[in-house]
Amino acid sequence: MSNVISLRVADFLKNYPPFNFIQKNRLQEISQQVKVLYFEKGDEIFKQDKKTQDIFYIVKDGAIGLYRNEDKTAKLIDINDEGDIFGLRSIISKENYHMSAIAEEETILYGIPSSVFILNLEKNKKVQEYLLSSFASNSSSSKTTISNSINSIGADQDKDNLWELQPVKYTKKVISCLPNTSVKSLAKTMSKKDIGSIVIAENDIPIGIITDSDLRKKIATGDYPIDTCAKDIMSSPVITQPPNITVSQAQMIMVKYNIKHLCITADGTINTNIIGFLSEHDVLVSKASNPSALIKEAKRSKKVSQLREIKAKSTALLKGYLEQDLRITHISKIISEINDVLTIRAIELAQKKLKKKPPVKFTWIALGSQGRHEQLLPTDQDNGLIFENVPPEKYEETKKYFLELAAIITKYLHKIGFEYCPADMMGSNPKWCLSLAEWKNQFKQWILNPTEEAILLSSIFFDFNFIYGEKSYTTELSKTIHETLSTNSILYKFLAKESLSKPSPLGFFRQFLVEQNGENKDFFDIKIRAMMPLIDAARVLSLYNKFVDINNTSLRYEKLAVLEPQNKDLYLSCAAAFKVLTKFRTKQGVFHNSSGRYIELKSLTKEDKLKLKKAFKPIKEIQETLALRFNLSNFS
Amino acid sequence: MFSFFKKKQKQFPEFWNKHLSLFKNEVNTPLNETRFIFLDTETTGLKINFDRILSIGAISSIANSINIADSFEVYIQQNLFKKDTVKIHGIRKSGIKKIEELDALKLFLEYIQNDILVAHHAFFDMGIINEALLRNGLGKLQNKILDTGILFKASKHQVNYVDKHYTLDDLCDELKIPKSDRHTASGDAFITAIAFQKIINRLNKKKDLSVKDLLQIKA
Repeated sequence: MSNVISLRVADFLKNYPPFNFIQKNRLQEISQQVKVLYFEKGDEIFKQDKKTQDIFYIVKDGAIGLYRNEDKTAKLIDINDEGDIFGLRSIISKENYHMSAIAEEETILYGIPSSVFILNLEKNKKVQEYLLSSFASNSSSSKTTISNSINSIGADQDKDNLWELQPVKYTKKVISCLPNTSVKSLAKTMSKKDIGSIVIAENDIPIGIITDSDLRKKIATGDYPIDTCAKDIMSSPVITQPPNITVSQAQMIMVKYNIKHLCITADGTINTNIIGFLSEHDVLVSKASNPSALIKEAKRSKKVSQLREIKAKSTALLKGYLEQDLRITHISKIISEINDVLTIRAIELAQKKLKKKPPVKFTWIALGSQGRHEQLLPTDQDNGLIFENVPPEKYEETKKYFLELAAIITKYLHKIGFEYCPADMMGSNPKWCLSLAEWKNQFKQWILNPTEEAILLSSIFFDFNFIYGEKSYTTELSKTIHETLSTNSILYKFLAKESLSKPSPLGFFRQFLVEQNGENKDFFDIKIRAMMPLIDAARVLSLYNKFVDINNTSLRYEKLAVLEPQNKDLYLSCAAAFKVLTKFRTKQGVFHNSSGRYIELKSLTKEDKLKLKKAFKPIKEIQETLALRFNLSNFS
Repeated sequence: MFSFFKKKQKQFPEFWNKHLSLFKNEVNTPLNETRFIFLDTETTGLKINFDRILSIGAISSIANSINIADSFEVYIQQNLFKKDTVKIHGIRKSGIKKIEELDALKLFLEYIQNDILVAHHAFFDMGIINEALLRNGLGKLQNKILDTGILFKASKHQVNYVDKHYTLDDLCDELKIPKSDRHTASGDAFITAIAFQKIINRLNKKKDLSVKDLLQIKA
């Protein structure tokens, strides 16, 4: 019976993956079987290592913590909130629960009987893909901080460039033996080759498979003697697939048949020659090793064009990660790592190109978003060069060399995909290619004689990060900044004021404020109105707290939460808000092929707007904290 | 002499006898095994002995689980029809499949069994259902009744206690329940069910609450 309540449940479900891929009438059938479950804070929904229930959950209201017991202590793995699903993975893999689920606050869950849902799973490819990718990621749940509209944009995109859907890399040297080989000699072969399974083939046609577990269950138990023929204990027929099978298909088939190996044959049937062998391990490797493979490739690259390709691949990777809804901190880390390696390689190639060795030691620093490790989307390059202090007579030629070098580096970076900085904040600019002593002076200038104009320009420099060369220079620079700040604190006021000067995201009536004119008229500027105030506030507060070694905005807030326990809640909510905003902007950027900075309000669902508004909340609070702390009320 | 009484005794339809028979033995199930029925009615007005039921919506729960598959919804054919109440609940005279009142009552009795009925300001909903039963030559509902209006007041801490009339909207606000589908019978029944869960949680801090305790809570 379809009634008002089940329709309302369907209305809710359809906003969240994978339900957004399910047809309306099917979704209503599912909704009619839903159980609405109420839990109070501390209630346990399920327990690790216990048998799975025949029901999985989506959070309607509240929050559920997932905990894993490690060394007798329960470790929080993830927090699920509205729209997140959990408890499904174990049902599909037919294993016991890997984690315990506990209500973190008063919570209402929708319980969905797995039977109703799995019936549908068989037929719906998009749902399968979604679930596979979310299971494949280490995060056990599908984090869906950003809701429907973005996800469906992602789902409709051409996914061909997603490595997830690329052909899997299988072993081409298949080790096989004949059906009448004795188990003893077969086991010797397996030990010698160090493999966990072996294909039984006749004339290159696979007829069966023997794995370690067959040997354990059938031979070691004494059920069969050790001179048994392979054909008597092998599993047959083998599951075969064609060579172009994708990573996600391979994984799906393994889950479906509950097997850990696949044979690759010429046409994918058991009647043609075996050409390859695929283990679950291969699948995992081709998934997990991807970013590291890119990094390896980057380190070996000999041409800028190769680096450019790697950059393009990392963008595809980013897209895949966003579709899988991995944690944004995890994504940032991987992408930043790749960006850093690309930059390093560009510097190395530039030095080769110049054919002259650097006359003295130098350091390449990243500034702004790359410095903060927040550069997920291709944005402008912001960087600088520090070279060793040299005697005045050598200064001219030294600077000339480094300017030349920096010009090549920035050109290479531009070719790779980091566009030139329009404000020319680059190492190739004589103003930002300085000796260590000059840099120290420059920072002292900024700190002791801040002018609003200088602050505008310099705030970006306080987020510098070491990339290449002499590490001690950046450490020294940090030290100088510390020392100078402790003698004069006027800078805080300027920085804090700068943070407060950004236009606010919401109007008096809690409506989004959009740009009034210019080419982005009527668009919402998420960078200036929401992210910059948080970035700026984090910067001034971390300078105030005298730590310069952490640049990343959410990490800064997390560190601040430790240093100022009295403001812990505010700082943690700032960190969380910043992550939400970063993910939101990144998704916008990736799926609209833009910087993600300007958002069309019409394209947002109500859910999106609510999420954004929630993320805006701490902005006002942190600004009030700044105004109070740095006594800005009568400072102008 | 006895035959005189027998003649007078009315012949009830089978389903009503069945309803009565369910209450012969007192049942005493633990709280977390008890099936509660949450219900709401939409009517032509607020006069119990004049107005008529337009729809009944209900949903059940056992322990902390509200079971959507076990829900109930009927729309009833009524001749008494007032224009101004339509604005509130939106049941137009046609457009939804409606059934006769007696059939609706029969289905309703089959659905509720002998379980405890919960409604917000139950006095009204029970009153108008009983009135309908009597009009159709039957008796009053035998089920035990709980009222979320009364339970909510009991759940409030003395410090915050205000002796006022809590509407379902007030409950939604205080218990943070999203107000969707207000003024449909099923929607209000569902909200009542969620409110009940939250109220029970507040009343059952010591984890020793019994069904009997609940039934003894008075306004």
